[in-house]
Amino acid sequence: MTSAPEPAAARATLQPAGDALDVALAGDWRLAGVQPSWIDLTAGVVLPARVRVTAEAVGTWDSALLLFLAEIAAWCRARSIPYDTSALSERMRVLFEQLEAASAANPALAPHAENFLVTVGNATRHVVGTARASVSFVGEASLAFGQLLRRPRKFRWKDCLDQMQQVGAMALPIVSLISFLIGLTLAYQAAVELRQFGADIYVADLVGLSIVREMGPMMTAVILAGRTGAAFAATIGNMRANEEIDALQTLGISPVSFLALPRLVALGVMMPLLALYANAVGIIGGMIVASGILQIPPSAYWIETKSIVDLHDVTTGLIKATTFGLLIGLAGCLCGLRADRSAAGVGRAATSAVVTSVLLIIVADSLFAIIFNLLHV
Amino acid sequence: MSAAPPAVPAIEVQGLECAYEERIILKGVTFQVRRGEIFFIIGGSGCGKTTLLRNLVGLEAPVRGTVRFLGRPFTEADSAARREQLKTFGMLFQGGALWSSLTLRENVALPLEEHTALPRAEIDALASLRLAQVGLAGFEGYYPSEISGGMRKRAGLARALALDPAIVFFDEPSAGLDPVTSRNLDDLVRQVRDTFGTTIVTVSHELRSIYALADRLIMLDREAQGIIAEGKPEELAAGSPDPRVREFLTLSPVHGT
Repeated sequence: MTSAPEPAAARATLQPAGDALDVALAGDWRLAGVQPSWIDLTAGVVLPARVRVTAEAVGTWDSALLLFLAEIAAWCRARSIPYDTSALSERMRVLFEQLEAASAANPALAPHAENFLVTVGNATRHVVGTARASVSFVGEASLAFGQLLRRPRKFRWKDCLDQMQQVGAMALPIVSLISFLIGLTLAYQAAVELRQFGADIYVADLVGLSIVREMGPMMTAVILAGRTGAAFAATIGNMRANEEIDALQTLGISPVSFLALPRLVALGVMMPLLALYANAVGIIGGMIVASGILQIPPSAYWIETKSIVDLHDVTTGLIKATTFGLLIGLAGCLCGLRADRSAAGVGRAATSAVVTSVLLIIVADSLFAIIFNLLHV
Repeated sequence: MSAAPPAVPAIEVQGLECAYEERIILKGVTFQVRRGEIFFIIGGSGCGKTTLLRNLVGLEAPVRGTVRFLGRPFTEADSAARREQLKTFGMLFQGGALWSSLTLRENVALPLEEHTALPRAEIDALASLRLAQVGLAGFEGYYPSEISGGMRKRAGLARALALDPAIVFFDEPSAGLDPVTSRNLDDLVRQVRDTFGTTIVTVSHELRSIYALADRLIMLDREAQGIIAEGKPEELAAGSPDPRVREFLTLSPVHGT
């Protein structure tokens, strides 16, 4: 019969002794257990001149006992009653004093506590810092590109080709799927309206133009922002956390020309190719809807598409695509290079790369719309 | 210090003030490192050893003060002059900081590719030699993720030595290594100095390494925000007027191995 003894409940007994109050603690005091409430115990007690705490009958105990002692001490201090803990064991007294000292230590203003003005000031400085870093990054990337043109042998072609594969070839399945579905959706939407006027054949015009001028480059860019921009930021951010970027700098190698330039070149080359491919797949998507529900033969659809989509429609799309690609690369690399040196920092960098790229893509697209409109192309 | 050596010191630091995230960590740091010396920067955790090192090699810009390497100004130099000077340094980072997308040979070869006009074959030969010197012959084709932490540090050292630097910086070389590996690394450091006459600056709080290697050291302190002692480890341990220095240097390095 060697079952572990049941823990005895923590008890505190109040015993008036003359003008003093004796508090006898007993039982097992465990943080996980139930403790008596000092407030309940003292309800209705005549205020004593002194409080004395004893703990002779205490079995096992942990910080729960100390917290109870602190409660007693606080109660006594609030009523200016002296309290006496000399009857406690040495270990209890030492720990209790440590607890009192720790809670009494007046915590200095936490370094993260900020008022409104400080918050606004810091936010402004952050914005200015980010703007400055972006400008200098673009400058550095341009210089590095100039150097690439002057000394192409020094460029890291192997890295660049690797990136091209990652950015371009590996993205083909998802780009195919999404552009196909976009073409399909556009054609369906157009078919419903145009059929009412017997203008079925113009589905080809609508799908062709909107895919080539707008949706092809745009959707490719959004896919790449999520796929590639985030990957750039995460990879470079991780390298920063591992001091790999520092290692480059101490060797006098510019991280921009070593890491960012091959990625930017890869994106700048692959984006228009992917957009061209997305255009083709999108048009095929539209063609399938047209032949399926509008009974337009593919050859007629194709001829109609060719008659409306000009070379300069394709070119404007490709100019956009290249720009979007460079913006994604800039955002991804910059967010990575500015990432905090921690796991959370890498995650934030990836998120911010995606958000920034998508924002930049939309803003650039609007600017292009205005510019192309002014130029009548 | 009175009988100054005729040669220019390897490193001269004058009135350096360093900050970490806008908090001043070190003030008025002034010291010199002689050529061919193994020089330690020691001190308790959080006293700014690594910050000082990062300021020395230009990874952070000091708030004020100057650093000169081999007599030439570094902190005030323009970026082209700085780049030239960076070629004369090597640095071994705490975790090795090898480029994870490159094999060990490519890691060691990269500084040579960037800063020399040597043909491919010679670069590869030199890279293999460096790896063999740190005991990593046969691992040329491995990626950093495929080798152990100690091997990564040795590969990092091979890379730091790639350009035959005049000065090599070590950031906590024994951190995270077992005592035997750590001693091997110490031996390697001494060998590098003895063979090439390289000046070596090490940030460490490993007493065993300090006594085994250090010609001289400075000790930093968090409260003092600067240097509280400078000299040879044995002399400081025995005769420093500062009890903090004596305590740091006389605590037993053995933790029940």
